[in-house]
Amino acid sequence: MLKDLFGKRKRYASIPSEQAKTDVPEGLMQKCSGCHKIYYRKEMNKNLQVCPHCDYHHPLQAWQRIETLFDEASFEEWDKQLSTGNPLNFPGYEEKIKKDQEKTGLREGVVTGKGTIDGKETAFAVMDSSFRMGSMGSVIGEKIARAIEQAKEEKIPFIIFTASGGARMQEGLLSLMQMAKTSVAVKRFSDAGGLMISVMTHPTTGGVSASFASIGDYHLAEPGALIGFAGRRIIEQTIREKLPDDFQTAEFQLKHGQLDKVVHRSDMKSTLALLLSFHQKGGKES
Amino acid sequence: MKQVLDFEKPIVNLKEKIAELKRFTSDSDIDLTEEIRTLEKRLAVLEEDIYGNLQPWDRVQLARHPERPTTLDYIEQLFTDFIEFHGDRSFGDDAAIVTGLAFYKEKPVTVIGHQRGKDTKENIRRNFGMPHPEGYRKALRHMKQAEKFSRPIICFIDTKGAYPGKAAEERGQSEAIARNLIEMAGLTVPIICVVIGEGGSGGALGLGVGDEILMLENSTYSVISPEGAASILWKDASYAQQAAESMQITAYDLKKLGLIDQIIPEPKGGAHRDLNQQASYLNEVIDHSLRTLEKYSIEELLEKRWEKYKKMGSYQIL
Repeated sequence: MLKDLFGKRKRYASIPSEQAKTDVPEGLMQKCSGCHKIYYRKEMNKNLQVCPHCDYHHPLQAWQRIETLFDEASFEEWDKQLSTGNPLNFPGYEEKIKKDQEKTGLREGVVTGKGTIDGKETAFAVMDSSFRMGSMGSVIGEKIARAIEQAKEEKIPFIIFTASGGARMQEGLLSLMQMAKTSVAVKRFSDAGGLMISVMTHPTTGGVSASFASIGDYHLAEPGALIGFAGRRIIEQTIREKLPDDFQTAEFQLKHGQLDKVVHRSDMKSTLALLLSFHQKGGKES
Repeated sequence: MKQVLDFEKPIVNLKEKIAELKRFTSDSDIDLTEEIRTLEKRLAVLEEDIYGNLQPWDRVQLARHPERPTTLDYIEQLFTDFIEFHGDRSFGDDAAIVTGLAFYKEKPVTVIGHQRGKDTKENIRRNFGMPHPEGYRKALRHMKQAEKFSRPIICFIDTKGAYPGKAAEERGQSEAIARNLIEMAGLTVPIICVVIGEGGSGGALGLGVGDEILMLENSTYSVISPEGAASILWKDASYAQQAAESMQITAYDLKKLGLIDQIIPEPKGGAHRDLNQQASYLNEVIDHSLRTLEKYSIEELLEKRWEKYKKMGSYQIL
């Protein structure tokens, strides 16, 4: 046929190979971990790493979170000189720490300091799950305890964003005792009238969930975040049954009375600002 | 007959041989006294060699020994008039934790401890000493009561861990443990915690914040079970022995790390070999600790507790 000569229509359909589908150019593009759609990283960042399509909340790196939450140039970092050693001489531990330091640009899995949210001053600790799964070793415990003490000293609130798989096995019982240390610090802070807000982000499990994450005055969480004490696999092996898909999600914890509120990331700043303003002397007027 | 662990088999074999020779000597005309004496000397050396050089994994076996004395055994030995109380007042009663009142040297104390069973039936009833949230909440209820009536608290720690179950999660296992940590941090009465068997992670710590942390010589205290650590770190639970060594979970390791205050000796071969002797070792240390702690004012007590936990950790300042 004559029109075939001029037509530009392809006679065959091109189906991208399985590999091409999953190969996302590093940096420029980002695949949503929830719906697997591909977005420009820039677009995803503008949306605070929340998928525009399925609302999946991707983990935020500590500094990303601080920058999106606190008023511009309002924050200062505390105790950044604290660094992890290898107290038990655990085989391979130093290499693992070094690798994650290079990967994340952080010295450890938490950034602490103070800043303002809508002009209201608060101390903070922001955990980063990309550093050894946010597992809690001595440095994380020490930085958090110091930040709480500092907040007590300065009589300002303390907000913590938790993101942790639990204890840092390579530090043995030193790791477990960070739960006790931070709890004593929280108790002192709380007795002095300090306001503590805990925001649980994905994942908040094990020792972190069973200590400071669960003893704030207010417990918030991001949608879909995994929150719980024991891991799903361990529980399934123990009780020999399959757990529902929504088990240990933020929504599950809300339903079971463990959270005050699940807050979308785009509403987090305003929610925290409001909570802070409820606790300011003179209420709204100040 | 006590259950024999692998590492103590040479001792048991030799003991059997000596007993056999003794029987033979008394039943027949042949006198083997000389041989028996030689073997007994060898036994003493062997016992010294084996029990004096217990490896971390040996202690794990001793800490988990089915005949190892439990909280209720020590309560019977150390206190008088013990009366057990039940329930958390909001959900139920957890038999994996026992709580109650007793007299210690004529003075009232609150006693709390994990409780395992010694046989399958009791273990099922007590959930192998692995508490649910209501267990921690029952414990907390009694701790607050101890505070109200100004009596010291003595906690016995002996658990593989808090129970990893569906219902436990639904009822807030994390919150229950976390709540105990923060409340124990501020209780205005002396708290003595003794690890008598396995100190398993957060489930142990939920009864473990106090002024004096004691450990029996062959007990263990760990952030995760050696099997759990091995399967995560090396993807193979059979590396448990290696994990037990790397994680430093024995009383001696933890004393060196400054995480516990005192090690309580055990009778040769472990606590289960002689409960009376074990209880008397324990009694001595508890008595001394209580006397010391009772001298402090409430402010001093709480300040010392903070100082104690504040120091725990190891880091570098660059």
